[in-house]
Amino acid sequence: MTIDVNQFHGVFFDESDEHLQDMEQLLMTLDVDAPDPEELNSIFRAAHSIKGGSGIFGFDALMNLTHVMENLLDKARNQEIQVTSDIVDIFLQTLDVLKDTLSAYKEQTELPQEQIDASIKVLEETLASASGQSVQEAQGSCEQHAEDEVNEIEGFGFFDEDESEAQAQSENSAGDIEGFGLFDDEATSSDAQADAETNRDTSKVDEGFGFFEPENLPVKTEVTQSAIPKQPIVKPVKTKPKAATKEAASIRVDTTKIDAMVNLVGELVITQSMLSNVGQEVEGQVGERLQLAIDELQRNTREIQESVMSMRMLPVNMTFNRFPRVVRDLSSKLGKKVDLVIQGGNTEIDKSLIEKLVDPLTHLVRNSIDHGIESPEKRLEAGKSENGTVILSAEQKGSSIIIGIIDDGAGLNKARILEKATQNGLAVTPDMPDSEIWQLIFQAGFSTAAEVTDVSGRGVGMDVVRRNIESIGGRIEIESSQGEGSAFYIHLPLTLAIVDGMCVSVGDQIFVIPLLNVIESFQPTASQVKTLGNDKVLWIRDQYWPLVSLTQLMQVDDGITEPTKGIVVLLESSKKRYGVLVDSLVGQQQVVIKSLEQHYKKVAGIAGATIMGDGKVAMILDADSVAANCTTIPNEEVSL
Amino acid sequence: MSEAALQQAVSASKENEFLSFVLGEEHYALDITTVKEIRGYEQVTKIANAPSFIKGVINLRGDIVPIVDLRIKFNVGEATYNDFTIVIMLNVHDRIVGIVVDGVSDVIRLSEEDMLPPPEFGVAFDSKYLHGLADVEEHMVILVNIESLITSNELGLVETKTQVVEG
Repeated sequence: MTIDVNQFHGVFFDESDEHLQDMEQLLMTLDVDAPDPEELNSIFRAAHSIKGGSGIFGFDALMNLTHVMENLLDKARNQEIQVTSDIVDIFLQTLDVLKDTLSAYKEQTELPQEQIDASIKVLEETLASASGQSVQEAQGSCEQHAEDEVNEIEGFGFFDEDESEAQAQSENSAGDIEGFGLFDDEATSSDAQADAETNRDTSKVDEGFGFFEPENLPVKTEVTQSAIPKQPIVKPVKTKPKAATKEAASIRVDTTKIDAMVNLVGELVITQSMLSNVGQEVEGQVGERLQLAIDELQRNTREIQESVMSMRMLPVNMTFNRFPRVVRDLSSKLGKKVDLVIQGGNTEIDKSLIEKLVDPLTHLVRNSIDHGIESPEKRLEAGKSENGTVILSAEQKGSSIIIGIIDDGAGLNKARILEKATQNGLAVTPDMPDSEIWQLIFQAGFSTAAEVTDVSGRGVGMDVVRRNIESIGGRIEIESSQGEGSAFYIHLPLTLAIVDGMCVSVGDQIFVIPLLNVIESFQPTASQVKTLGNDKVLWIRDQYWPLVSLTQLMQVDDGITEPTKGIVVLLESSKKRYGVLVDSLVGQQQVVIKSLEQHYKKVAGIAGATIMGDGKVAMILDADSVAANCTTIPNEEVSL
Repeated sequence: MSEAALQQAVSASKENEFLSFVLGEEHYALDITTVKEIRGYEQVTKIANAPSFIKGVINLRGDIVPIVDLRIKFNVGEATYNDFTIVIMLNVHDRIVGIVVDGVSDVIRLSEEDMLPPPEFGVAFDSKYLHGLADVEEHMVILVNIESLITSNELGLVETKTQVVEG
């Protein structure tokens, strides 16, 4: 039984995390001057859900805090108190405490009791100070509809529907209807009044219940009403068609189950292509029929594969959503005015990437605000608008996702970077191309002490940022211009499980080169191949490229080593650009990446393995690691 | 061999099952609970910079599994590959490894008493990879501690040093 309870705990923690995130997001977007009652309601409901859950599981500290918060929110949504930016701040601080408390319960560590008490106190004080005001307002509305009473209906809480009619009609036959209620949604008197007031003339018009339209009977049939849960909605007329149920539209699935499914589908694809290989050998009428069936199977498997892969995809907003808060906190701390613009938040990206993006993105955004955006005075001096802008963008280009962190601040300080690089003993010249200078900030230990603050230091940890990005198969590019701003672009693969690859043959083996790294491929002429000592280099596109022979690097027995007889594939990794000599090109295809480490260990130059259509294993080249290899072993195994 | 095994099964209180196999002229046996399956040798994909006894990797229903030729590693018999070459797929610590052998003979049951201490020399395997020896139908069968062998640094199949304590 303990296990069962823990399982429910897990669901509660997950859901509460989501609720907290939702609340934070809503609070961030809340317009203090004209708060949307709908939004206040959503915040209230989220707090209420957490309170309910924590009550059930006996998380008393969590329940007490959310209870006080809920009271204040209740007043706010009923417009009994005016929401000010101070109150929003208090809510945000409370959210932080709630997060800490929740994780304390999750990790079973000590509760932050002091913070909880402090938060409760602040909330109660706010509540008390605002109550005088609220009484007046409440009275104002009560005078007109003194006959109205509290209409409390407890429902199942699965459907969020707008039932203005129920509310409008409830004025005459208000009652306390007890439902089956796992969840209780409270409609307070002032809500009902507000509705009744606004709908006085129109309330006789049909306000449907969405799916339950036939049951839309007058409120006298109390049982029917109570079976349909209700949500207090302040603007019923506008939001009426929103009968779609969010809860039913998604289910929680353990990611390991999805991963297992991805694996199985990968197997299915391989089996299918093995089958179609065999199918081609069957002749005659049977062969034709078999071919038709196999074609059908191929279509189906591809569709299954696509839909399974899409299960792992989540909108990048899952990561972006935390940044309004980060930007708000940081800019107020630093006394800067920063607008955050999020573009392309619906772009979908693999779940595992979402999680790993958080740290590097946070770092880059903090950098942009701390060092990129200037103080309001400086901005005005420079003829810019007082508010700086940070743009977080995501877009899909082919099989990669590009995430941009763009600011209109001061840009990178070229002189200082060069100065620091010289101090660090790096070989630099002022006339280096800008792109190379910017890459210097990714060097380990490249921090310019003058710039370090408690928030971030441009260059501090930038090597970690790059390592993080590279560990998920991405690379990072910088554009910057002095005085106009800087932009960091993170190029990421769509998914970690599948890679678009160029299949090449070397001897009797097939290798897969990630298409992301491939620039072009061609057969070199004798005049393009130069010899430099023992090494061969390639002269193309007006520059010399190191040439790596895959035959030698991968120790294949009978591959081509003479460049003019084979094909050269030009590659670009984050570290280097170079050419790879192979026997021939086989084709381009999507391959499922399989881990070599699972049963063996990491192999230099190899990112993983995949299974080809004939069931054989092919190695997937790791362009970065090959580049690193050919710099460390300049002569013997690799011709550079 | 199976009769002898059966007799021992009756007499012994605590006993284990072993899969015996042939390397060159010698008879070996390993704990049968580590055996995942037995299959024929198939074409492998080579791994660069791997020692010669690691033949490469194969696709075992979606898993990329390394194949080790113990004949090369321990210099017994001849490393030939034909239709009769057998690969024993082992499952050791959630890792799958295939070992190439000349043939698989039988399943034998042995109790603790049947096991004799391993000799210090004279066997291709280092004694630290052995459980002991046993006499089965006048053959000497060398009982291999396959877990410690597979996870040993000597084979280099495992990146981290998760060497299993023998015993």
